[in-house]
Amino acid sequence: MNAQIRKLGVVMIVLFSALFIQLNYLQVIQANDLNNHPANSRAVVRDFSQPRGVIQTADGTVIAQSVPSNNAFKFQRQYPLGPLFAHVTGYFSFTYGSEGVEKEYNDALTGKARKEGFNPRDLLIERDKTGSVTLTLRRDLQELATQQLGDRKGAVVALDPRTGAILALADYPTYDPSSLASHAQEPVRQAWTELNADPDKPLLPRTYRERYPPGSSFKVVTTAAALATGTATPTQPSYPTLRELPLPNSGGQTLANFGGGTCGGPLPEALRVSCNTSFAQLGMDLGAQKMSGAADDFGFNKVPPIDLPYGAASNFPPASSFARDQPGLAKSAIGQQDVAATPLQMALVAAGIANNGVIMTPHVLAEIRDGEGEVLQRYQPKPWLTAVPPSVANQTRDMMVGVVAGGSGTRAQIPGVAVAGKTGTAQTGLGKSHTWFISFAPAEAPQVAVAVMLEDQPSANEFTGGALAAPIAQAVMRAALSL
Amino acid sequence: MSTLLGVARRNTELGLMVMAAVLTAGAYALAGLGRSASLPANLVPFLIVILALLAAAHVATRHFAPNADGILLPLAGLLNGVGYVFIARLDSDLAALQAMWTALGVGAFVATLALVRRARDIERLRYTFALIGIGLLLMPLIPVIGQNINGARLWVKLGPLTFQPGELAKIALAVFFASYLVEKQPLLAMGTQRVAGIWVPNVRHFGPIVLAWAFSLIVMFWEKDLGSSLLFFALFITMLWVATARNIYLGIGLGMFAAGALIAYSVFDHVQTRISILTDPWSVATGAGYQTVQAMFAFAAGGLTGTNLGQGSPQRIPAVSTDFIFAAIGEELGLLGTVAVLVAFLLMVGAGLRVAMRVESPFEKLLAAGLTAILGLQTFIILGGVTRLVPLTGITLPFVSYGGSSLISNYILLALLLRISADDVERKAGVA
Repeated sequence: MNAQIRKLGVVMIVLFSALFIQLNYLQVIQANDLNNHPANSRAVVRDFSQPRGVIQTADGTVIAQSVPSNNAFKFQRQYPLGPLFAHVTGYFSFTYGSEGVEKEYNDALTGKARKEGFNPRDLLIERDKTGSVTLTLRRDLQELATQQLGDRKGAVVALDPRTGAILALADYPTYDPSSLASHAQEPVRQAWTELNADPDKPLLPRTYRERYPPGSSFKVVTTAAALATGTATPTQPSYPTLRELPLPNSGGQTLANFGGGTCGGPLPEALRVSCNTSFAQLGMDLGAQKMSGAADDFGFNKVPPIDLPYGAASNFPPASSFARDQPGLAKSAIGQQDVAATPLQMALVAAGIANNGVIMTPHVLAEIRDGEGEVLQRYQPKPWLTAVPPSVANQTRDMMVGVVAGGSGTRAQIPGVAVAGKTGTAQTGLGKSHTWFISFAPAEAPQVAVAVMLEDQPSANEFTGGALAAPIAQAVMRAALSL
Repeated sequence: MSTLLGVARRNTELGLMVMAAVLTAGAYALAGLGRSASLPANLVPFLIVILALLAAAHVATRHFAPNADGILLPLAGLLNGVGYVFIARLDSDLAALQAMWTALGVGAFVATLALVRRARDIERLRYTFALIGIGLLLMPLIPVIGQNINGARLWVKLGPLTFQPGELAKIALAVFFASYLVEKQPLLAMGTQRVAGIWVPNVRHFGPIVLAWAFSLIVMFWEKDLGSSLLFFALFITMLWVATARNIYLGIGLGMFAAGALIAYSVFDHVQTRISILTDPWSVATGAGYQTVQAMFAFAAGGLTGTNLGQGSPQRIPAVSTDFIFAAIGEELGLLGTVAVLVAFLLMVGAGLRVAMRVESPFEKLLAAGLTAILGLQTFIILGGVTRLVPLTGITLPFVSYGGSSLISNYILLALLLRISADDVERKAGVA
């Protein structure tokens, strides 16, 4: 029988080898796929039962933290400042996943990003491996911008043009992320349903995920394009003084100036008073290729590489779409028709002019530290795009200074500081318009660039970007410069 | 009566037992730390209980079977200890019971060694064992005491006591098979004719196979216990094959197994469900395949080194303390842990087969092979089911899973293997 017993042994070895192979398949080869399988809720539960690092502002205010909890998950996420930073931190919800910095820097917050070797100490002592995320945003600027918006729907973006560091990212309406982070399923579901049903879309980060027609604030791009391509100089040509510009091949359509005014002259003068007829003509003089190219150079039609999830690309139509549409080109040159930009994108336009033509990569992360306070990662500023050469940026800046010094943007003036800016008032029909102001200061050595957008303001002379948005930008710039 | 070899074996056993005890206690401490960052308060009493039980088993072999194999008991102790650590980590109520079952298991081990002083003593009791085996196997079918649990009728409830008689039946049947097959071996092996180049047994020798097959079908049909059914039939065919050295029996066995499986598949919904879970668990991931899918997630979560003891979430797998305990090991100890357990079982199988090879008496040889086959096959059937290698059938992982019937019967199985190995040494040394 020994021969048979030996064979039985071989059979057993074969059976156990099959188990060994299957275990390798499950635990090594297929492990990643299984861990990321949509039906697998282990990872979520694990994240929720782990300590999670804090998110804090540049000045050290904690805006998201985890406190021990006594239920199925060991920790509860809290947002001490409520709605103030909701669209920056996002939320960390068991039911609805995560948003904002909570999503973008999840690995850092859980400590997963940390690559380290095996430490025998870890077997015995539970060490805080979570990372804390420090943002570039300043609490005072965020509060000021939020307070300036009040209960007007809109957005404020402030950033440092030299580095791309976001200083404030405020919008209205917003929500309290704590309402979605609770472990009680039913209230969370109810809050979620209500927030989603709200026609004012409080869950939508207007600053970087919603697009609006930029109106005349887009003339900064058109100006830079004209200077960069030599289509116009600060002195040549001088545009005819007009009340309205007849549009070619449009069956007699005309394009009028804002409020029925009459204007013209060389480029600085046209920009100062935001002359529609001059810029519409300039757009057609530039041609579709150069106009679309300039918009692309400033970052249109690309999602800005900001470290927040699901950013939106701003829109400027491709050159080919203007082949048989000169009126469309004229309107696009003044930021109308199909042009649509996020407030972040318009802030980046201002920042590009401020930073000698180079748009730095926008970011909210300053640094990540581990549980023991050691810096794991510090954000290194890097350029995103070169929009125009420095000389063009400087000429554009000088013209934008004119806008604030004695044009449509005088309400952005700061005593003793040269401010460069541009207003925008984009009619949306139904007697409403989005009002804009983009600016930076100090003009000769910019430290802050701002974009302000107010949604659906009444279309009247006292509700222009210069009247409504410029004072907000002024207040934010002034605070940013500590004046 | 211990021989020189026996002394060496006992000392080896003692050393290995100490290692098993240290591993168990260490794992227990880590599991406690992993969950609450402090040493479990009941650690010391627990350690004493486990060490006392392991020591008792070791003392019993010194006393009753001094010449027995020295590595089987430490391996069983290690598996039992690791299983206990996981049960304690999963369900503290079950842990207290499992400690009691372990004590009863070790008690059964000692009693078996004490009562069965020579393996050949039980050879004569062949028909008693046959009756006991068949009786135990069919016991759950008796009205009133038979219990349906989780859709299978393999439990018997006597007063406050619930147990699975099938676990004990497999040992009784192994004894019967060994004794019966050894006696009929010449007939079964020689009573064959060569037809077209292969040995074909006489039709009338098919009787026992058909009987065993019918029996398996009864277990499958009325008790809905696929795992035990498969185990019994596989055990019989394996022992028949070992006894006769005729591959034809293996072929016939496989053919009849295929026929039985086909019938079962066409008749039973739950068999079809098991097959569909095996082929495509994802389509039933929230229903019938939930357990299997969660087990796969557990194995994947463990990866190479595991989440560490106490830090995974194996509670999500239904029946994780019993049939699916291996998935909990996979999650928290990783591939390293599962392979270690696999190797421990393979070493036990190897040691068991070595006992069978060395022993001279045909009955003891066949019984040792049969008992070892039970251990190996049962391990393969449940581990293959849990890892989605073969269809899932609900049986326990020997020594590791929670369960009194399982622990007690496996300790008896172990005691019989040790007795056989001791007999052989004593006979060769002329002390018995």
